[in-house]
Amino acid sequence: MGSIALRRVEKTYGHGPKAFKAIHGVDAEIADGEFVVIVGPSGCGKSTLLRMVAGLEQITGGEIAIGGRVVNRLEPSERDIAMVFQNYALYPHMTVYDNMAYGLRNARVPKAEIDTRVRRAAEILELGALLERKPRQLSGGQRQRVAMGRAIVRQPQVFLFDEPLSNLDAKLRAQTRIEIQKLHSDLGITSLFVTHDQVEAMTLAQRMIVMNAGRIEQIGTPEQVYGAPATTFVAGFIGSPPMNLLPGTARANRFEIEGASLTLPGAAPREGALTLGLRPEHAQWQDGAGGEGSWPLQVELVEMLGAERLVHGRLGRAPFTLRIDGTLTPPRPGQTMALRVDAQRLHWFDSGTGQRVA
Amino acid sequence: MIERRPVATLLSHLVVVLGVLIVAFPVIVALVAASQTSEQIAQSVPMSLVPGDNFLASMSQALFGGKTIYGNTLPPVAPMLWVSLVSALVIAVGKIAISLLSAFAIVYFRFPFRGLIFWMIFITLMLPVEVRIVPTYAVVSTLGMLDSYAGLTIPLIASATATFLFRQFFLTVPDELVEAARIDGAGPLKFFKDVLLPLSATSIAALFVIQFIYGWNQYLWPLLVTTREDMYPIVMGIRRLIAGGDSATEWNVVMATALLAMVPPALVVILMQRWFVKGLVDSEK
Repeated sequence: MGSIALRRVEKTYGHGPKAFKAIHGVDAEIADGEFVVIVGPSGCGKSTLLRMVAGLEQITGGEIAIGGRVVNRLEPSERDIAMVFQNYALYPHMTVYDNMAYGLRNARVPKAEIDTRVRRAAEILELGALLERKPRQLSGGQRQRVAMGRAIVRQPQVFLFDEPLSNLDAKLRAQTRIEIQKLHSDLGITSLFVTHDQVEAMTLAQRMIVMNAGRIEQIGTPEQVYGAPATTFVAGFIGSPPMNLLPGTARANRFEIEGASLTLPGAAPREGALTLGLRPEHAQWQDGAGGEGSWPLQVELVEMLGAERLVHGRLGRAPFTLRIDGTLTPPRPGQTMALRVDAQRLHWFDSGTGQRVA
Repeated sequence: MIERRPVATLLSHLVVVLGVLIVAFPVIVALVAASQTSEQIAQSVPMSLVPGDNFLASMSQALFGGKTIYGNTLPPVAPMLWVSLVSALVIAVGKIAISLLSAFAIVYFRFPFRGLIFWMIFITLMLPVEVRIVPTYAVVSTLGMLDSYAGLTIPLIASATATFLFRQFFLTVPDELVEAARIDGAGPLKFFKDVLLPLSATSIAALFVIQFIYGWNQYLWPLLVTTREDMYPIVMGIRRLIAGGDSATEWNVVMATALLAMVPPALVVILMQRWFVKGLVDSEK
């Protein structure tokens, strides 16, 4: 059925010495009915990858299979997919109804069948009253829903979403996110969703693919990616504020960073150059010098976010951010806080390769 | 004007009225002259601006030709109107069709020397009909297209201006729309027909008005390629009515013919005005 398999997929733009490799051999399996989010910074190749699945970009190397059928040489319309674009890409001169019906008419679906499908989709998306309008008479959120309707009526094996929420305002985005989730659980169609927004990625994904510079950094559930990032890139990309990363040298149960020597709650997984990762919310703290084994944090700035505060400061000379409860009396800039950490909360990465050690 | 000062209002009205008079006066003269008899025009110098009662007679003489009181035999203008109408329509429609297709090819297809071809078309913008008239004449006459509608229209159909205009328009159509159409299973020609054409409707209308008038007003080219009277367009007809030498010119008929020549372009402009303006100013995609 609607599974997607990416095997050593590569994309190169241009030829010869000017060639630019955008995707470096990507492997991934997406099961039927799964909702997978591809997330990464701008230019990491996530949109290119999606467009290759859609058939809008040629595949330079490797193989893409949809529902067990290799689609490398198929036209987008033959791949049994539907796509929702960032700017919706509605046909401006057609009514909402025609926008949704256009693909079906091209596929020579019988008129009565088209009508049933369009009205059904309009009902799901609450577009019933708008069917005779033109796109320019619709609000951003409504246009977005028409774009989704156009995808739904095709009854494809796979939905592809290319940052469909980035043109909506914050409130509508949160609302649409929920609608997309609901839609997915109702229809159960395999979905591949590209975004640069990690909140979208975390909330929507059953599994997420984190990409950077044309490579997959990690594939996993949001819990896995957040709880055990595979590389320093993932650690720094997922989570807001991101994980604190302290490069240094481990020796027995001490960790030497620039300007300070930290006592570890347990031994490091190995000696030598390592990067220590710690999420901002994963440290206990108290005012003043905390005694043996605590880490002194020099407070520089405190940000109020409502439910919580972010304390920006330095451990030795390394920058460090701590997230604390917003109801507590915050430390003042210039003050020193004593941090205590749990051995299980520490993440260790190889300083050279950035790969997770433990 | 945002300011409301009497002097400024008066001045601006004066300018506008003057402008209208300058534009309208020749038309008024033509109307008045057509309504007088040729003797009346010949006898009063300068011509009287009081309308006479000969308008319908002048018109029918212009349209259907025939003997005049001076004994001249005038050719009928009606067939010339037909020739002009057909040529102008063929030129306008042909120009739009060719330009749409070539702009479509240049914008949406990747083929060798695409850039070069675009620049070659672009460069011909700098060469008006008059510059290439001799070689064009040679080609048309070799192909045996003299004295035919083909000869009157085909050489004027190729249009760099229109191609360029459509190219610029197509470039503003978002790529996502093209991709959405591909996913919806629309091939290139279907995309052209279902998406690009409807989106270009206002530009097409604007261009039609401009090109119709361009085709209608052709004088030099028909002068070269037509030798048979039944292939003369009306603009040439007007010129031929103005007799040289000793014979008298029937000015009332000349003016009636001029009025007849003005009607179709004026109608096109008036009927398509709304679309025309929209096509030139609209940027909504």
